[in-house]
Amino acid sequence: MALACAAFVDLTLSPTEQEFRDELRGWLAENHPGEEPKGDDAAFEFRRDWQRRLHQAGYAGLSWPREYGGRGATLIEQAIFGEELTRAKAPPAANVLGLAMGGPVVIAHGSDEQKERYLEPILSAEEIWCQGFSEPDSGSDLASLKTRAVKSNGEWVVSGQKVWTTFAHKAKWCMLVARTDPDVPKHQGLTYFLMDMQQDAVQIRPLRQITGEAEFNELFIEEARVPDENVVGGVGNGWAVAITTLMHERAGLGAGAAASVKIALGQLMELARERGVDGDPLIRQRIGQIYIEAEALRLNSWRGLTQIMKTGVPGPEGSLPKWQWGEVNQAMTELAMDIRGEEAPVRGSEWTYRFLRARANSIEGGTTEILKNIIAERVLGLPKLR
Amino acid sequence: MNFDFSDDQQAIKRTAKEMLAERFKLEKVRELAEAGEYHEEAWTEMCELGWAGIFIDDKHGGQGLGLVELAILCEELGYALAPVPFLSNAAAGLALQIAGTEEQRQRWLPGIASGEARGTLGLLRAGEAKLVPDAVGAEVIVLLTGDGAQVVEAANAEIEPLDVIDATRPYAAVRADGGDSLAGEGGDSPYRLATALAAELTGVAQRALEMAVEYARDRKQFGRPIGAYQAVSHRCAQMLLEVEGARSTSYYAAWCGDAEPESLALAGSMAKAYASDAGWRVTASALQVLGGIGFTWEHDLHFFLKRAKVDGVLYGTAEEYRDNVARLAGLSREPATA
Repeated sequence: MALACAAFVDLTLSPTEQEFRDELRGWLAENHPGEEPKGDDAAFEFRRDWQRRLHQAGYAGLSWPREYGGRGATLIEQAIFGEELTRAKAPPAANVLGLAMGGPVVIAHGSDEQKERYLEPILSAEEIWCQGFSEPDSGSDLASLKTRAVKSNGEWVVSGQKVWTTFAHKAKWCMLVARTDPDVPKHQGLTYFLMDMQQDAVQIRPLRQITGEAEFNELFIEEARVPDENVVGGVGNGWAVAITTLMHERAGLGAGAAASVKIALGQLMELARERGVDGDPLIRQRIGQIYIEAEALRLNSWRGLTQIMKTGVPGPEGSLPKWQWGEVNQAMTELAMDIRGEEAPVRGSEWTYRFLRARANSIEGGTTEILKNIIAERVLGLPKLR
Repeated sequence: MNFDFSDDQQAIKRTAKEMLAERFKLEKVRELAEAGEYHEEAWTEMCELGWAGIFIDDKHGGQGLGLVELAILCEELGYALAPVPFLSNAAAGLALQIAGTEEQRQRWLPGIASGEARGTLGLLRAGEAKLVPDAVGAEVIVLLTGDGAQVVEAANAEIEPLDVIDATRPYAAVRADGGDSLAGEGGDSPYRLATALAAELTGVAQRALEMAVEYARDRKQFGRPIGAYQAVSHRCAQMLLEVEGARSTSYYAAWCGDAEPESLALAGSMAKAYASDAGWRVTASALQVLGGIGFTWEHDLHFFLKRAKVDGVLYGTAEEYRDNVARLAGLSREPATA
């Protein structure tokens, strides 16, 4: 979507963008669902109900084209949406993966029948989606995955194992990448399926993480059945479809990330004042640096968005935010622990939880090492080793 | 929302890049640096193009443009490491433009805009400005103190040239009494010149990044380009991250200077703090990628390395600006005394 060149650099919002933001703020003020209840199931139903409300107001699937139930929101509007929801401390929608990834993938690669069948239930949160990509032996090297799908009597029989599957126990559909042809180079023998999670052949086991709870799951798939109509993008095209999914995953992280960093930073400064260390020169230097890096993250994102909107192609600054966000978040949570000293390791504080949870920020959604490889190879043009 | 330059600004950037690439091939930069000389002809040409007065009112002989345009030029000049007295002259011009009386402006700005009677600026601490670029040959010197600003005629100042590691620019220590006062502490000009300097550092770092990447692609060891090894390629990725961070924060500060001046103090502090570190870290990292050859006088990298180091402490250190960020971000008022 080409942008007419503005008369000058402009970091303020345009009238249309401001209108969008003001309308959203007003709606949020009136429709905020209140505090999320404790307990996994209660919290999930709370978020599902919240998503229904968002959908009625036309805010679910914001980035989707209007013809598929979305708003065709610009990248800036999507970023504003992420920021405003974070600022309002609103909960996320229940079907985040369906909204951010599943829907866009079906829109980009699906048949008309698939669009007809799958998109509306994503928006209404009637059908929850999860992602079946990573395997115990295939993380960064995703293309090496081994879950196998074999055609038999007109349908696909799937067996294998998946890991790091969020929402598996709530999901109806799994975005599953499996190997359909073991005799061609690894990237070419993959197919993207929509697998029904509600069959006995799919066993779900919670995956407990260092924070204590289990956001993720493992899937043990033993001869699950997937109808042929559930192939997305054609047999053997799984890698291209998977890449679309991953691109949307990374873009989705950008929207609210800078805003939530800013909020956490405010809390960190409050913590420093409470503990009486806000005059300590070393603490001031560390907080100052985190502040600057958080701003650099936000500004890089805006520059990146401008480039995409103008040219359709992200500039180098666009590949940096996810990497930077992990570093800033980790630096913040580490500083909070340092400020809290001996009370830091005691369970129960939000900071203690965040500190442990942040260790995954440099791994989930693409490890920092892989992101650096991408920057080195695709942005700087350095040669590959492997 | 459009975080990119306008067509006119892109044109200024393009023209500057082309002109500087033509005038200042690295052999020329080296030749001038080793002779301890400036390129007078190029300076005259730049002034004729309106660069020196780009942010100065047109009634005082300038182009009437803004901090964004100045930052664009500073970045390109840093990239080229052009041996001309541009930044110092701009620093004086900024202070006089923002905080000078009409009389002071009329007296000094035309000479600064035309380059014929250039100025410079120093930070006065305990009666001495320790590191003043281009003091010799300047007509007018602006001295910023913690709580005021003075403008003195160079003829009335004690100027002691220094032998500094950055051979691409002469520096001096300056002592002066009296002189005329400028309004306040020079208005917000300290943050404008911090932004200009951050932009220069961005250009310097960008050049070093390109040298490192080119080398990593061409240099072969163990049968392949060294850039294929992740220790090297990841180092380069880190360099890109820091260059882009310096760029984004500098451009933002420049925009604030023109469009949202109430945010300039914080934005300029962020830009100078970040760019001070990035300039040094990126050039030092580039030296590491270059290996042995990066340590030779014969390779051009050290000129960039040294400029980055000096710029990092010029007009305030990263630590000072970072503390300012903490203060302006609302942490609390002052650091505790030791």
